Amino acid sequence: MLTRWQPFPNWANELNRVHKELNRMFERQNEQGGWKAFPPMNIWQDDNQLVIEAELPGMAMEDLEILIDGENRLTLKGQRQQKQMESGTWHRRERIHGEFRRSIDLPSVIDADRVEATLKHGLLTIVMPKRDEVKPRKIEVRG
Amino acid sequence: MNEVLCKEAKTKEAKTNGNVAEFTREKVTFSPLVDIWEDQQEIVLIADMPGVDEHHLDIEFENRQLTIQGRVEKRHPELTFLGGEYETGDFHRTFAIGDAIDVARISAELKNGVLTVHLPKVEAVKPRKIPIKTE
Repeated sequence: MLTRWQPFPNWANELNRVHKELNRMFERQNEQGGWKAFPPMNIWQDDNQLVIEAELPGMAMEDLEILIDGENRLTLKGQRQQKQMESGTWHRRERIHGEFRRSIDLPSVIDADRVEATLKHGLLTIVMPKRDEVKPRKIEVRG
Repeated sequence: MNEVLCKEAKTKEAKTNGNVAEFTREKVTFSPLVDIWEDQQEIVLIADMPGVDEHHLDIEFENRQLTIQGRVEKRHPELTFLGGEYETGDFHRTFAIGDAIDVARISAELKNGVLTVHLPKVEAVKPRKIPIKTE
């Protein structure tokens, strides 16, 4: 599970913190040989948006619930069904199934009204526009 | 198809999170997670291949070896990667199938990043009930 980030006064520090937090989590998961939180996520950004991606093969949008609380808390809920067969024998069952719920704090304040999520080829992509006040601003220097 | 008949052709690579990752070319290749099911008529293989579409998928059956391979493009190259919990790369996995398969009738479907391959058995290997005649 991701731990809750404390608000940080300095933007650069906060970014470093995101990096550290994610790295730490990644290492911890490898040590234990399994995911602590499902689904694992990747995060990208540019000046205007945050993009989160999760691999959810076999899932449809109706199996999935995406919630945004406040300005920067994202929750993913869903259920991955396991295929049942009436007869025959299963030789391998490696694919993950069951219910999941995961919340993460986003490293930026986002505009919840303009969030867009797509699910394509088993890949969930959530595009979250940043709020204007956190976008970098160019400061005109007067000579 | 029992454990011996259905073992994977390649098991040498180190395992991380149930995924076998190895380097071929400059990219990481992952072994997709699979479910395998069998009844008297067929063997069904279900593989998670998120991000793979039908144009980037190859399935081969040769010398009783089933190979599935999916190519994945690098995602969001225009953005800055902040961090993450999983790596992406192509998928590749080979299975040795013990039973005689009716190659002409092999079929596959890809839906929401999940590949399902049906491997119908040839008539000869299907268990047949032998009628016993009595006088």
